Amino acid sequence: MKHTISVLVNNRPGVLARTASLFARRGFNIDSLAVSTTQDPDISRMTIVVEGPDAVLEQISKQLYKLMDVIKVLDHQDEAVINRELALIKVNAEAGARGEIMQTVSIFRANIVDVSDRSFTIEVTGSADKVDALIGLLNQYGIREMMRTGRIVLSRGGRTA
Amino acid sequence: MKMTGAQALIECLRREGVQVIFGYPGGAMLPIYDELYDVADIRHILVRHEQGAAHAADGYARAGGGVGVCMATSGPGATNLVTGIATAYMDSVPIVAVTGQVPTFAIGKDSFQEVDITGITLPITKHNYLITKAEDIPGTVKEAFYIARSGRPGPVLIDFPRDMQQAEIEFEYPESVELPGYRPTTTGHPKMIERAAELLDSARRPAIYGGGGVNSSDAQAELLALAERIDAAVTMTLMGKGGFPEDHELCLGMPGMHGTAYANYALHEADVILAVGTRFDDRVTGKLDMFARNAKFIHIDIDPAEIGKNVVPALPIVGDVKSVLAELLGRVARKRHPEWRKTIDEWKKQYPMRWKGDGLKPQFIVREIHRATKGDAIIVTEVGQNQMWAAQWYPCKRSHQFLSSGGLGTMGYGFPAAIGAQVACPNQVVWDIAGDGSIQMNIQEMATAVANKIPVKIAVLNNGYLGMVRQWQTMFFKNRLSHTDINVGTPDFVKLVEAYGGVGMRVANESEVAPAIEKAMALKDRPCLIDFIIARDENVMPMVPAGGTVDEMLVD
Repeated sequence: MKHTISVLVNNRPGVLARTASLFARRGFNIDSLAVSTTQDPDISRMTIVVEGPDAVLEQISKQLYKLMDVIKVLDHQDEAVINRELALIKVNAEAGARGEIMQTVSIFRANIVDVSDRSFTIEVTGSADKVDALIGLLNQYGIREMMRTGRIVLSRGGRTA
Repeated sequence: MKMTGAQALIECLRREGVQVIFGYPGGAMLPIYDELYDVADIRHILVRHEQGAAHAADGYARAGGGVGVCMATSGPGATNLVTGIATAYMDSVPIVAVTGQVPTFAIGKDSFQEVDITGITLPITKHNYLITKAEDIPGTVKEAFYIARSGRPGPVLIDFPRDMQQAEIEFEYPESVELPGYRPTTTGHPKMIERAAELLDSARRPAIYGGGGVNSSDAQAELLALAERIDAAVTMTLMGKGGFPEDHELCLGMPGMHGTAYANYALHEADVILAVGTRFDDRVTGKLDMFARNAKFIHIDIDPAEIGKNVVPALPIVGDVKSVLAELLGRVARKRHPEWRKTIDEWKKQYPMRWKGDGLKPQFIVREIHRATKGDAIIVTEVGQNQMWAAQWYPCKRSHQFLSSGGLGTMGYGFPAAIGAQVACPNQVVWDIAGDGSIQMNIQEMATAVANKIPVKIAVLNNGYLGMVRQWQTMFFKNRLSHTDINVGTPDFVKLVEAYGGVGMRVANESEVAPAIEKAMALKDRPCLIDFIIARDENVMPMVPAGGTVDEMLVD
């Protein structure tokens, strides 16, 4: 099953390489990865989506902890979280289809951020399911190009990592 | 105090108690080597190939000398260390490797002798550093040594650009290290220890399966006391050899692929197995889901990632082996298991370790070395048949006595590691049990041994083959000996050693074995190699084929 894990790491050169190299050599497959700085400039936060049984996830977490630069690993499996992805989708928008696409975009509370005579570029944020659903609907018009960010996650409520 | 980066490095090494460096200079290391020119309190041993430096530092550490230190220049110097670093990583040996690097402004420009050694060694170091600010030098070196020797030990590399060696800094050595992401657990969880004691108390056929962690945590006394108290059969892996006295009645020798039949049967039949500082390697377990499947496991290891990696134990205990065993000892009941002992004794009678046939046998040679050294020598091995014969036929008494590349299986490890061990333990006798294949992989270190009057003794078990591969070809590939016969081209080792200034001997008969060993033992100021021409087709037995089960074990 899919797990979303947050990894707090020292904000140092090479940390991303160390983490990615660990996943590669232990045979763990990364679905998505997002990295950014946090409120503390010395610490970066990685959100990694990875698929595997619980035993594999436990091994991933233990192996991550062996890296000197890893401070904390959180598996968000059983926890209430806010998770978001951003996608940019360039979709065919011929004259006859434009109205319908705009309606769909509005239902998803997405935005059309660029328009040409034959296409729209749509920006959508939300959970992975929501982004998947919008992509599913837009497929019928023909998606010309698409890019999704990795998932980012924070715990709900006052709890912090 | 103001000093250069190079001076700071030397001062840091001094503060860490370093007495010996194994190294090889080069362009990107010139400022550091210039400093070493005047240093009298740290001995620098010049090797003849950087791989030798890494293995020597490893042998020095394993023999009990503390963290081993090796140095090499940038580029090819650094890459030549790689096999040695990987060897130390797989066997959890504390070494610190210092490499030269092109000046910081030249990094990333494909400069002469530039290589991304921190990138290359990422998966084979416990941690590594590239120094980019000269004021970081003292803190980095302090951290490197702390990381190398604490928790599960391992190699750490510091890449040292040449301009950082020349930069001037205000030297201040930090008192402590601050690593928020690194806090090894050393004390076992009391509740888990309690439950482990209960499980051991309930055992009717207890066994202990000990590994390298017993040696690296110096837990021999605790393990001995515990084993005697609960009356458990004890089997120690190649890495654990010496962690339990092998002449003890409870000791069954080594388990696994070339372990004793009775050790493998004991693990197979045991109802509770205490796995101590070990990682359920495939060379021990064979087919994993069939391994010791009648047993409940208690697994003690300082590395949480080892627990559940291969086998899910009934009771995991994360902690330092020595400390956990001591706690456990205070809680277990004294037990006797006469029936279990009887069963094991029957296996021992039925499947004794032995060799058969005529000719000069490698097993006999190792036994003779054991006899001549009274079982006290430090035994270092190369890799292959020589390694297994040494492990099977030289019973050890203590930790840090048997040095072998277990995890990586590095041919060419033995001789330079023996040099390191001899430097760490100048008053002990050090033997390298070698094969004619592996000794050629680092034979150039003969020059190091001669120049430094290091009296390492090498026993080449010469069968003219890459013997272990030949054995597998014979047994599993219809005896198609593809590229394993090395008789043609192998040098005359006696002449070769003499050309270096060492002592060489050749032995082809049993009657010459003891006198040659005696002669070697008498040499105190130079290396010696005995070329034993052994029975060519001897196999290492018993054998559980790779990925096999105890039922498939070939006894002889």
